[in-house]
Amino acid sequence: MDWTFVGATFMRLIAAVPLTLAVWALSVILGAIVAGAVAWMRVSDSKLLQMFARAYVAVFRGTPLLIQLFIIYYGLASLPAVRASIFWPFLRDAFNCGVLSLALCTAAYQSEIFRGALLAVPHAQVEAARACGMSSLLLFRRIIFPIALRHGLPAYSTEMISMVKATALVSLITLWDVLSVALKIRNDTLVTYLPLILAGAIYFAINYVIGAAFLRLERRLSPHLRARPS
Amino acid sequence: MGVFGIFGFGPGGWGLAMLQGAAMTLLVSACGLMIGAAIGALVAWARLSGHRPAGAAGEAYAALFRGLPELLVIYFVYFGTSTLLTGLANLVGYEGFVGVPSFLAGSLAVGVISGSYQAEVFRAAYLAIAKGELEAAVSVGMNRVLMFRRIIAPQVLRFALPGLGNLWQVALKDSSLISVTGLTELMRVSQVGAGSTHQPFAFYLGGMALYLVMTLVSTRLFDAAEARATRGMRRVAG
Amino acid sequence: MPAETPALEVVGMRKRFGSLEVLKGISLTANDGDVISILGSSGSGKSTFLRCINLLETPDDGVVTVAGEAIKMRRRGDGRAEPADRRQVDRIRSELGMVFQSFNLWSHLTVLENLIEAPVHVQKRPRAECVEEARALLAKVGIADKWSAYPAHLSGGQQQRAAIARALAMRPKVMLFDEPTSALDPELVGEVLRVMRALAEEGRTMLVVTHEMGFARDVSTRVMFLHQGLVEAEGEPDALFSGATSERFRQFISKERG
Repeated sequence: MDWTFVGATFMRLIAAVPLTLAVWALSVILGAIVAGAVAWMRVSDSKLLQMFARAYVAVFRGTPLLIQLFIIYYGLASLPAVRASIFWPFLRDAFNCGVLSLALCTAAYQSEIFRGALLAVPHAQVEAARACGMSSLLLFRRIIFPIALRHGLPAYSTEMISMVKATALVSLITLWDVLSVALKIRNDTLVTYLPLILAGAIYFAINYVIGAAFLRLERRLSPHLRARPS
Repeated sequence: MGVFGIFGFGPGGWGLAMLQGAAMTLLVSACGLMIGAAIGALVAWARLSGHRPAGAAGEAYAALFRGLPELLVIYFVYFGTSTLLTGLANLVGYEGFVGVPSFLAGSLAVGVISGSYQAEVFRAAYLAIAKGELEAAVSVGMNRVLMFRRIIAPQVLRFALPGLGNLWQVALKDSSLISVTGLTELMRVSQVGAGSTHQPFAFYLGGMALYLVMTLVSTRLFDAAEARATRGMRRVAG
Repeated sequence: MPAETPALEVVGMRKRFGSLEVLKGISLTANDGDVISILGSSGSGKSTFLRCINLLETPDDGVVTVAGEAIKMRRRGDGRAEPADRRQVDRIRSELGMVFQSFNLWSHLTVLENLIEAPVHVQKRPRAECVEEARALLAKVGIADKWSAYPAHLSGGQQQRAAIARALAMRPKVMLFDEPTSALDPELVGEVLRVMRALAEEGRTMLVVTHEMGFARDVSTRVMFLHQGLVEAEGEPDALFSGATSERFRQFISKERG
């Protein structure tokens, strides 16, 4: 076992982690914002907005992320209308396209999580708050949001981890994330297993940390769901 | 050539190729799901058996694939099995590279990933069977094989349907990643068509439409299957 | 001598759900210190009546006046009624304390936090004052030691007493009780009724929708019997329960006695 090679490979992979995490963080945040809008449309009174939101979720959850990614990166770039528009400087960059595509995809999943969490808030407790004279804003801030948050955390944690795994797809649009670096090392050195195993270990470690962090958050926020203290 | 010409079925038209790609997608996803079902049943059984080492191994398997990107697994299975096979061939004296067919590698990869999630679905479905029903089966004298065949398996299938429906859709989408191995499923055909005609937008949009049709039809079919399978059962909602 | 302003006055309240008219014109006047029990079989509209008072349901017609202030209503384009001033509704709600059949405590907050939530955030009172008052109220209803517990860890009777304390923490002018003991196991009903009796003896103004005949007869100052959306009988408990001014009421109480 050539330990210097292992070390060098590991260091090269670690150097790509910031890019992976940057894509992940930006797409998660952008996705959350879009998801909020979609969830709001879903529960609105307008049938048109509702239909649009449902169609959005169906399309982005019903088609592979890879093809969504390619449409945004390769497809849009081929349209003269896009190249002439103000969005072109943004869309010609692979990083931006990657973040945008991942964000639009996670928004569909996140909006369903938000919707499920909001539906889980017991109507009885909302009524009690209204009966005390809480305004709608206060009601959302103090009652609906905290309860919905606690209901949605486990599913949200799973989605965060799915997103880390999704970032691996940007290796197919010329970005140098952990997976592309691993594949390049394999190409250059013809060593098959090691770079992929190390890359896998790195992804696994990232997901483990995220999962553990969310678990701690869930525990801290839910003393009321645990067993009665003796 | 206009859009309709491209997707048409005449010479130079890609319509047929796209449909064949979709058929390949369905085929490789189905194979992957079945491999996953076999693995999932095995892992679920290990976790339910009460045997500590088996249970731990099952949990480790599930945890492993929940934390790895699917694309990485596909590369690993594809390159890895080829390397393995080449190594074995070299051992018996064959020179040169032996490639594993991309269909095999692809469905194996999808199956291995799907299996880890299917294990959880089967385990939850088994735990959902009312203990009383099993007790009743034992008390009328059913042996374990009969009980499994007549009571456990049908019930597990009924409870597992919603989860399996979801995992089928996941398999359909994961199959698009097998395109990196060159398998001519729908994603790869779209890619080739896009490159050949320099019309990426049209091809990827067309591919998306076909995937959407597949998932929407699948949803309908699974909903119908669920309705049929759960007739006579009390449900929480719907 | 000027007439005392009633604590609560309802005139001609009507409410329909679709084609079903549940309230057909109900009026009520509650002066300070009145304890009015509202009785009736299911479908008589008694819960709906109570929920229309603090606008958890929107009445189609009628005027609700709390301590001399009438809730302003208006008609929408489609003819349905709605409150004209949301902020007035919120303010008046904060002056009415409601106790629900299923307690409705906020599950993510401790008992103490449940009590101070509205006083601090709706009435904008200083936190320290609210906490002190909350602790005193918890002692009054008999669960002082449960201040840091979560609702899920309390029995039904304890939860309902906490809910009563939560309503009291708002310093309400009138308290509305919507079948407060109907969801409780029989052994726990007594502890809640005791608390309600103590409140009545203090001189609180209370409207109580209930099936507890004992409470209606012994504690209330007035009894109102609703039948199919109208007031069938009303008056002092002794008069109603003994003289039986209404045939329907006689049938009703004999059914309730079982």
